[in-house]
Formats: sequence, structure tokens, C-alpha cells
Amino acid sequence: MFYREAGDFKTNYADDNQTFPIKFDRYRYYFVLFVAFAVIPFLINDYWVNAIFLPFLIYSIAAIGLNILVGYCGQVSLGTGGFMAVGAYACYKLMTSFPEINIFIHVLLAGGVTAGVGVLFGLPSLRIKGFYLAVATLAAQFFLVWLFNRVPWFYNYSASGQISAPERTLFGLEVTGPNTTAWAPYLFCLVILTICAVIARNLTRGMQGRKWMAIRDMDIAAEIIGVNPLKAKLSAFAVSSFFIGVAGALFFSVYLGAVEVGEAFGINQSFLVLFMIIIGGLGSIFGSFAGAAFLVLMPVLLKNVLVGGLGWPTDTAAHFEFLIVGALIVTFLIAEPHGLAQLWRVAKEKLRLWPFPH
Amino acid sequence: MNDMSQDSYVTEDGRTIGPTVMEMKNITLRFGGVKAITDISFDIREGEIRAIIGPNGAGKSSMLNVISGFYVPQEGEVWYKGKKRPPMKPYEVAQQGIARTFQNIALFEGMSVLDNVMTGRLRQMQSGLFAQAIWKGKAEREEVANREQVEKIIDFLEIQAIRKTPVGRLPYGLKKRVELARALAAEPSILLLDEPMAGMNVEEKEDMSRFILDMNDEFGTTIALIEHDMGVVMDLSDRVVVMDYGKKIGDGTPSEVRNNQAVIDAYLGVAHD
Repeated sequence: MFYREAGDFKTNYADDNQTFPIKFDRYRYYFVLFVAFAVIPFLINDYWVNAIFLPFLIYSIAAIGLNILVGYCGQVSLGTGGFMAVGAYACYKLMTSFPEINIFIHVLLAGGVTAGVGVLFGLPSLRIKGFYLAVATLAAQFFLVWLFNRVPWFYNYSASGQISAPERTLFGLEVTGPNTTAWAPYLFCLVILTICAVIARNLTRGMQGRKWMAIRDMDIAAEIIGVNPLKAKLSAFAVSSFFIGVAGALFFSVYLGAVEVGEAFGINQSFLVLFMIIIGGLGSIFGSFAGAAFLVLMPVLLKNVLVGGLGWPTDTAAHFEFLIVGALIVTFLIAEPHGLAQLWRVAKEKLRLWPFPH
Repeated sequence: MNDMSQDSYVTEDGRTIGPTVMEMKNITLRFGGVKAITDISFDIREGEIRAIIGPNGAGKSSMLNVISGFYVPQEGEVWYKGKKRPPMKPYEVAQQGIARTFQNIALFEGMSVLDNVMTGRLRQMQSGLFAQAIWKGKAEREEVANREQVEKIIDFLEIQAIRKTPVGRLPYGLKKRVELARALAAEPSILLLDEPMAGMNVEEKEDMSRFILDMNDEFGTTIALIEHDMGVVMDLSDRVVVMDYGKKIGDGTPSEVRNNQAVIDAYLGVAHD
């Protein structure tokens, strides 16, 4: 009924190119933005922020980053945890070395540092593809974690080997450290996520995105029409690592506060983010959000239902959580191998015709 | 007509054929001990339709691959726009304005028709990563300006109705057309077509022939094509190179080639007596 392009005429190419060409979609998007920026900050408390919103926002950034590399450019990476660690440690070193500089700039710089490291570890992608590349990036994962464990300079020679985020303020509000108000770190992450998502969308709808997708779909054909494979692949590694680095910096400074590298940024983290984009949908920005939401929210939801609703003991519930989430992942992927984004796309396709059959 | 002159001339049907734009000089290509191409020379002139024909395994596709930079010949020189071309990567060749299509379609299946054709505008779209990340301003202007050009080509090839369809869903004949559109979108100085009519029925062949002739006529595109359908080749092309076992056995207008004894022997066989 509401969801169709009939009557919504585009009279220039800029309109036709916009992110949400259908009016209903556009309003829905503005509505979501409005709720996220102007409603949620007034409603949330510490539990909601720490259990749901911060991990969702931060993992969304990481998932968008990895989706650019894997979903758009077709280069498989298992180094996400390692790159997040680079972002976290870069942020830590910057925060402690230049305490007077704004944390926002530190986070962006941490992303920049990670982009550089990402390009370095992306070099093998010029020779190897697929599973073999996955193994090469796995090496990055282990090497980076080892490096941050073994070189004391990275954790400022602290006795525990941990890094912990000093208190930092933005516009007079604390966004890191133990004394934050719930909504300040939430808004901080939300702003960064919004910026990241818009950048990712702009890059993927323009020529850069087409170059990446061309490399993904058929690298020989891409080369024959003039895509420089070296530049295309390394730019994907750079942009992807930038986002993942930003996510790592936020994960450490805003979300966890104190980090032990092997625990927070181990191989599990790499797989988690990879699962997010596979479940959410490769090659889709919306899919990155959907996948992050699924894997962050589902365990929390299940825990609340099992422990709070059914009164199960916590440890039994924890075990069943794994079982149920695992089963759901398998079910979803059987129902739609291309992820939640594809389900959404199919639903929209149906909505455009509804209530008519054709 | 077959000399290497730099002058233009006018064909019988009134088109102007310009000076030589590409010249292959004594190209020899070997794969290990196998000689795919032996000492072949020919030229392509601006605005003409140049066909390369020959029986299977004659080395026609290898020749196109030499032109588009996939293979580097062991001997011989490629001259392009009056300059000797150093060994180049395929993408560098493309950036010089040589576009091509493939015998077996090489489209980006996961992208829409429009995106596929827009990718062909790579050479014309040079805004950097940061401009594209911001989008508003330079990147958007460039996108819209190039979209207009691409829409002209979409109109020209009559694929308006499918512009937002993912390429993976299209039938074979349309895919061939989209690939042509992508190559044409690059506004190439030379367009290489590797068997543009392979696997098509008569009607589709007629459509494709019409597009090739119109392209040449309206945009003045220089075209080099490989084709097996003799009727098509003889009707379309201004000049024909005939290859057999990696050697050039004939070169000239369709009527010259048709009456060339070596060509007739290669195609029909020779009586051994």
C-alpha cells in the first residue's frame, strides 16, 4: 500500500541515485535516526547501554568494515580481532601520550593507524585468493595478538599487561572511564557509527564500490576494463581496517574500559564479526546492522527469557543459549543463504506489490 | 588500400576511414614450444570495422589478448596512436582507451546492469576516495554527468527496461548486449569484440550486427572483431585479416579475401594429388 515507487517520480539522476529511493523507506530511515538520537538517550540506563547498545553499535562498525572487505571486495579475512586490537592499542597509546587532545580525534587516528596495518597485511591478497588468503590473514590475527602481549611498550609497561582507558571528556561530558552517564558514551558511539555507515554507503554506491564489486565478481574482467587490482584490493583493506580500527578503539575505550589483548581481541572476535556479516548478508550495509543486532541481541534476549521468564538456573540457561543461538543461525542460513539482508530484500519486493499478486 | 598510408579515404557507403590507429608489427607469440602466432603484421585504421577470421585454433583470440595486454608477445611490436607500446598490464591498456568483450561473457553477475555499464566509465571518473566518501559535491556531480552518458548508451542498445536488474538474472543474448554496453561506455579508441555473435540465433545476430554498424556509424568507434559467421563478417567489415595455424594468410577487403586462393584452401581444404 505505502511501499511502492508508483507516483514517486524521479526527475533527475541524483534523485534516482539516492540511498532510499522509495519514500516510505526514506521516512522510516529518518524515523529510526530520530529515535536513535532524540528518544533513546532519555530512556536508557547503564544496563541497557552496556548489555545492548554499546556492543551493538560497536560491532555494527566492525561488521560494516569487514563487509566492505569480504562482502564488497570478495577478500576473505580472519584478522578482524587483530585489527581491532591495533585500533585499541593505537587509541590507548594516543590517549596516554597526548591526553590533551580530543578523544574523537584519537579514535579516528586509531582507525588511520589500523588502515596502515591493514594495507600491510593486505599485500598477500595480490597473489592469493579465497581460503588461502583467509589463512594469511589468520597469521595477522595471531601475530598482532602476540605482538601486543610481548612488547611492553604497547601497554606502557603496566604490571598486569592490561591496558585501561583513562577518563576522557567530550564537550565536558565523560565518555570513557568508570564515571560516565549512560547516554554520553551511547551518543558518542552512535555519532561515529552514523558517520561510518554514511561513508560506507557513499563509497559502495559510487565508482569505488563498483571497482570493489568488479574485483569480487570477476577479477579478470575487472582488470580488462581498467580496474587496477592492486589499488582496488589495498583500498578495500585500508577502508575496512579503518572501520575495524575505529570499532576496536571504541570497544576498548568506551565499552570495556580495560582490556587484555588475548581475551578481548582473540580469534573468537574475528569469527564473531565474520558470522555477523554472513548471517546479516554479504555486500549489504543493512546486513551488517542486522547481523550485529542478531548476534548481540539474541543472547541477551534468550538470557532474559530463560532466566527471567522461565526461572531457569543461570548456568543451564547459559548452555542453552549457545544451543539455541547455534540452531537459529543454521535455520536462518538454510532459509536464506544470503542472510537477513536478502530476507529483507525479498520482503520489500513482496511489499511493493502487496496486496496484489502481480 | 592495403598500404600503411596515413591518409583518410571515404568508403563506398560514405564513411570516412582515418589513418592507422594501431599497428601490429611482426608479432610472434609462443607458449613453451607451441607457436600460437607467427610473425603477423596488420594495422587497424580509425573508424573502420576490422575483422580477424580463421579456422579454430588459428590464433585469433591470442591476437586479441596480445592487443589487450593479457599476453606479451616474445617478438614484434605493438604501435598505438603513433607510439610503440611498452609491455603493459591489461588495466593500463584499458586506461589507454582499448575496450573489449569476451567470447564467454565476463560480466559482474552480482551487480545491476546499470552498475555494470557504469563500471565501463572508469576512465572518465577520477574523483578520489575522500571525495567519494563525502559524496556531495564532486563525486555526485561526476556520477550524474557519467550517468547521462551511460543512459545514452543504454538507450542506444535498447536495454532501458532492464537497467536495474541484476545481471545474473538475464538471458544470454541480453548479457552479450550488456557487455557491449559496458565496453562502449568507456568511449574506446578501439573496441575489440571476441565473437560477439557466438551462440546467437539469426534474429539476435541481426540485432547485434545492427548495433555494431550503428556504433561505428554514430560514434565513429573503431572496431576489431573476431567472428565465425562468414556472412556476417563479409557484410560488416571493411577489411579482413585471415589467420590459419598462427600465420596470416590473407588481408584485404571482403571481396579480395573471398577470392584469395590460400583462404579458400584453409577453409575448404586442398585436394592432395
